[in-house]
Amino acid sequence: MIKALKPIVVKEIRQIRRDPTSLGMLLVLPAALIILVGYALNFDVKHVSLVVFDQDKTAASREYLEKFKRTEYFRYLYDVSSYSDIEHLFLNGKTTIAVVIPTAFSHELLAGRDVHVQILVDGADANTGVQAVNNAARMTADYSAKMVTDALVRRGRAQYVPVDFRPRVWYNPDLISNKFLIPGLIGFILVLTAVVSTSLTVVREKERGTMEQIMVSPLHPLQVVLGKTIPYFFISLIAATAILVIGYLLFDIEVKGSLVLLYAGICTIILGALGQGLLISTVTDSQQVAFMISVFSSLLPSFLLSGFVFPVASMPVVLQVISNVAVNKFFLVVVRGVMLKGVGFDAVWEQFVYMALFAAVTLGFSTIRMQKRSL
Amino acid sequence: MHKSLYVILEIIRKEFYQIRQDRRMLGVSIAAPIVQVILLGYAATTDIKNTDMVVCDMDKTAESRRFVDEFTNSRYFIHRYDVDVPRDADTYIENAKAAIGLLIPAGFSRKQLARETPQVQIIVDGTDANTSNILLGYASQIASSYALDRITSSATSFTGGRPARIVPEPRVWFNPDLTSTNFMVPGVVALVLMIVTMTLTSLGIVKEKEIGTLEQLLVTPIKPYQLILGKLIPFVIIGYVDVSIVLAIARFWFNVPMVGNVVLLFALSGLFLLTTLGLGLFISTIARSQQQAMLIAQFFFFMPFLFLSGFTFAIANMPVVIQYVAYVIPLRYFLEIVRGIFLKGTTIVELWPQALALLLFGIAILTLSVLRFRKKLE
Repeated sequence: MIKALKPIVVKEIRQIRRDPTSLGMLLVLPAALIILVGYALNFDVKHVSLVVFDQDKTAASREYLEKFKRTEYFRYLYDVSSYSDIEHLFLNGKTTIAVVIPTAFSHELLAGRDVHVQILVDGADANTGVQAVNNAARMTADYSAKMVTDALVRRGRAQYVPVDFRPRVWYNPDLISNKFLIPGLIGFILVLTAVVSTSLTVVREKERGTMEQIMVSPLHPLQVVLGKTIPYFFISLIAATAILVIGYLLFDIEVKGSLVLLYAGICTIILGALGQGLLISTVTDSQQVAFMISVFSSLLPSFLLSGFVFPVASMPVVLQVISNVAVNKFFLVVVRGVMLKGVGFDAVWEQFVYMALFAAVTLGFSTIRMQKRSL
Repeated sequence: MHKSLYVILEIIRKEFYQIRQDRRMLGVSIAAPIVQVILLGYAATTDIKNTDMVVCDMDKTAESRRFVDEFTNSRYFIHRYDVDVPRDADTYIENAKAAIGLLIPAGFSRKQLARETPQVQIIVDGTDANTSNILLGYASQIASSYALDRITSSATSFTGGRPARIVPEPRVWFNPDLTSTNFMVPGVVALVLMIVTMTLTSLGIVKEKEIGTLEQLLVTPIKPYQLILGKLIPFVIIGYVDVSIVLAIARFWFNVPMVGNVVLLFALSGLFLLTTLGLGLFISTIARSQQQAMLIAQFFFFMPFLFLSGFTFAIANMPVVIQYVAYVIPLRYFLEIVRGIFLKGTTIVELWPQALALLLFGIAILTLSVLRFRKKLE
């Protein structure tokens, strides 16, 4: 059985070597992508561009607005002089938030009456909008509290802070996006490279007619499937290792838990993804269709459905069930658990069972499909 | 001129014949966008509502309950679990049963009366940096306004009247409920459109290369630009079918409000198709095999576009160098167009730079494809 695998493996390796460009891409691009993503992407909603419409133009209004100009949450652009300016800037996407100070701002405050300050937000990007509103409202409340306290202190009362609010963030105290994204990216890239590399292998032989030749040989379909999987398995393993090393060297992302457990997870998901690719290859008749199906079944689902960026828990229940087709979803739990939280096998065994099942089903079906052809 | 048009028409006919032969391909290129947009439209949400909260109230007074109410009165947190000791709250967070924990110390109310400062703790699991950021944003805003309330109400008993406050009055434009679907679905639409049209064409020429029919084409008097146009036009038609389908899904299935002009959106979609189909053809001219074409498409185009176009990660938050890179990503302009027209009702007055960018990019990439192709000829 094992011996019979050798010729297929050797043949695949020979084919891979004949196309060094593709091999190079499979090995180098994952690492390049991790560098790009590591430097380029973050979830921080900071430096949101801000304009100010100050209709009061007094010392009091300027002092309040100074808070907005001096925070990292906002990037102050300039003062505008009308609502239509703001609308114009919103439409052009030049600014996201505008603070509007009413004419009688300081007058009302001196008279001891509450003043309403408008905070206009371009809500098209809900994620940025929500956080910008929260930050602006909190800064206003804090400023107000300080103003009131100062007034009380001037009247001879002791300073008073009602609550000391202490956030405690686990596992990722500084809320660094990379710690969330880079482990996730490992799964994303592994699925893509694995599916891309195998999804055309069988269908290509079908198109060229060389499949018949393999079929008339005494090889069992399972041997063909495994023989086609093994070389790519090692390519993916190298790519994964490169990602881990770069993540550690450039972005200080270390593996808190067991490296063995992590690699066990990596091996399982590679098998699953290679199986997915092979399955696509065995059910399609042309490389074009195989390409399309593999892009649509790997790229977007493992980006959007897996929890890589969007938390699975916020999806509708039906979709949470459907999201199980993205094997990456389970790997993400493993890789984040092991790398960031240092969890052991007992915390992620269910994910392992599912990934193993996924690999068994996809590789199994590929074998069956091959068998049918040979009949 | 007349003759050249005839040649192009003939190639179009041949391509259509081939497309008709390959029913599966046609099916996939129509069905895939529908399924993808519907599924992913639901998936791509950053809304954080009804987050499960575990509360450890060690004070158990009217005042501490009032503080907890401040959290539950917002639609963001649901007071799901009560525990007696902080360690238990930790367990809930650890097992991901609750996303946020609120710890109120004993003496919360007493200390306040004595004008001392009790320390309130909030715990979140920081693994998902984005979600935790938003949760902390809500929580600290609630705590800040609570503190302000306490200070002002403590002042009312004092002579001289209550000092005035500044009251923030947020007004959200274009998307008043801040539903992320309205932002994400147009994004998914653009993304799916790009992937379908690019995949369709990226194998077009390389396939003929692999099968060996390209040589046959080359010995005919067909000029490269005629071949390129002839290969492109059928896909423009399929692309427009896809545009109509995915836009209809966004509008009628997901109820994304359509504030702007549909005709403008369709017209500018044409410019976008020009760039994606052109990119596909370009890949097809540089790849030596279909597998290479697939690798190039995935790694050099789909993935960087996905990350750098502003689809989920705001371009403004990226390092300056990367922001320059983002200028050459056509998807970025189309995202601005789709989201702008859908949600804000932007017109060509605001969108002409994006339209121009797409047009220039489209012309450039098509010219490049023709040149690459001609080189092959020699």
